Amino acid sequence: MATVALPILFPFLLILVFVVIKSSRAAQIVGVLGSASLLAISLFLFIQVNEQGILTLNVGGWEAPMGITLVVDHLSVIMLIVTSFIVFAISIYAIGFMVGNHKTNKFYIFFFALIMGVNGAFTTGDVFNLYVWFEVILISSFVLIVIGDSKEQLEGGIKYMALNLIGSLLFLAGLGLLYGETGTLNMAHLAQILRTSEHSLLINSSTTLFFIAFGIKAAVFPLFFWLPASYHTPNITVTALFAGLLTKVGVYALMRFFTLFFIQDQVFWLNVLLVVAGFTMVVGGMAASAHYDIRRILSYHIISQIGYMIMGLAIFTPLAIAGAIFFMIHNMVAKTNTFLIAGMINKLKGTFYLKDIGGLIKQSPLLAVLFIIPAFALAGVPPLSGFFAKFILFKAGAESEHYAIVAVAVFTAMLTLYSMVKIWNEAFLKESPTKEFSAKGVLLKIPNKLSFIHFLPSIILGLGTVFLGLFAQSVYQFIAEAANQLIDPEIYINTVLNINMQ
Amino acid sequence: MEILLALLVGVLYTTGIYMVLRRSILKFIIGIIFIGNATNLIVFLASGIVAGEPAFVDGSVQNASQMADPLPQAFVLTSVVISFGLVVFALALKLKFFEITGTDDLDQLKKTDN
Repeated sequence: MATVALPILFPFLLILVFVVIKSSRAAQIVGVLGSASLLAISLFLFIQVNEQGILTLNVGGWEAPMGITLVVDHLSVIMLIVTSFIVFAISIYAIGFMVGNHKTNKFYIFFFALIMGVNGAFTTGDVFNLYVWFEVILISSFVLIVIGDSKEQLEGGIKYMALNLIGSLLFLAGLGLLYGETGTLNMAHLAQILRTSEHSLLINSSTTLFFIAFGIKAAVFPLFFWLPASYHTPNITVTALFAGLLTKVGVYALMRFFTLFFIQDQVFWLNVLLVVAGFTMVVGGMAASAHYDIRRILSYHIISQIGYMIMGLAIFTPLAIAGAIFFMIHNMVAKTNTFLIAGMINKLKGTFYLKDIGGLIKQSPLLAVLFIIPAFALAGVPPLSGFFAKFILFKAGAESEHYAIVAVAVFTAMLTLYSMVKIWNEAFLKESPTKEFSAKGVLLKIPNKLSFIHFLPSIILGLGTVFLGLFAQSVYQFIAEAANQLIDPEIYINTVLNINMQ
Repeated sequence: MEILLALLVGVLYTTGIYMVLRRSILKFIIGIIFIGNATNLIVFLASGIVAGEPAFVDGSVQNASQMADPLPQAFVLTSVVISFGLVVFALALKLKFFEITGTDDLDQLKKTDN
């Protein structure tokens, strides 16, 4: 199926177009149209996966364990749809907020390079190819994070770069050891070999390296320190994009690897994941409640919520994996949305610092409504998406008698609610402070008005959150199918390897 | 030969980690280069070292198990290019940071932490 390569080829095509385009208005229009087409492509793939099951493409005609295989299964197609949905919203958002002294087309080149990398990571069925896509993501995010060249951005960029470079080197080392042990890097072939072999010692060494590498990408405890040090520095458009996509690629890789082939010492690794999940949740949630900069609160929140996804993976029942996937898509949509709203608050008030903000509910009631949707979804208020995601996870935890982690998760949910209520109280309900300069000496009340184009992306993502909540049943059915495929990867292995034998 | 290369990998990792933990950004990048090269050697060693046998031959091959596996060598080529690009970007970022702040000291990078 050649369509499988489209989520990678199409962004590449767009990059070439942006190299030629010089006018920023044209770049913006192509950006929105391009990401809309990307959404259409993923929906098309969704329909195909629904009808035909797992789709594969052997790139260059090399048969499965030899060449690079692209695989789109249920999990991949879910991730592709959510990614392109978020990208579509952010490409509209960029029109209103990605303004400054940089060249617009340069931003779009790396924007779509990042999307190409993310889509590649979601569709590839080959470990080395996954490494290459990680590097594509990495180099484009390096550029995006320092667009604007301010002192804070460069500093955040260096911290982001330092830990992520080490992470990808560990990934490569683990990959080398894995190849030395098994002689293949095709994921399905690896799964087939490792399910029947007994070499757990050497596999464990590469499992450890992969765990640290993906742990850094996913920002789990204790490897998350690059995230809060860098996510609040770039333009808010870039932060929203990173918040929605980057850490989730790490979680996706963890899910793939720990369900598909690191099953040798499964009990031990699942316990490690469980402990890591608990600490990630609590530390992220606690740190979030200590801050007053909206972007920092939300950055720590990303970490806290990663814990829930790892928790689902660590419980390792079909219900728990489904809960983790549901939580992941809910979180991608809602979290991006809160960052978009943080950007709008900054546009209205000239600062992200909560103590200098207030009275937004009178100034912009629409913004208040738009904030409530993702904030309540993150806090887990029914009938929004977060309620169902957390409910599935708690139910799975209780059914498999992991009471401790469920207690930690419930406690973290309180912390989430606290942080969201804090932003709500300080930014929206409180009277606007009357002083002219902020605590950091910045002039307040820059007279900026928000127009419809500024609100539109948040409205789109908010509708997405409401949709996930209202149609949770249908969404869950598809996700449960994805979770079953992960728990029992027989179909995945057979589809990737068998097709070539016919 | 394998043992020699394995020792070299160990030495490179040690040096690299030592350099990464230094305070200077430039030394950090040098450390990354060391660790990167050590990692590439690991991938290279995954194929096993075979002396005097080319990876590609024309015609029929009697005993393929005596030849070097070409795939890890292709991996190494790819990852050398990738790490080269990343190091160049890191150096450019360091230069830009130095131009704006005039410091190379990682301990000065505390503005974005709290």
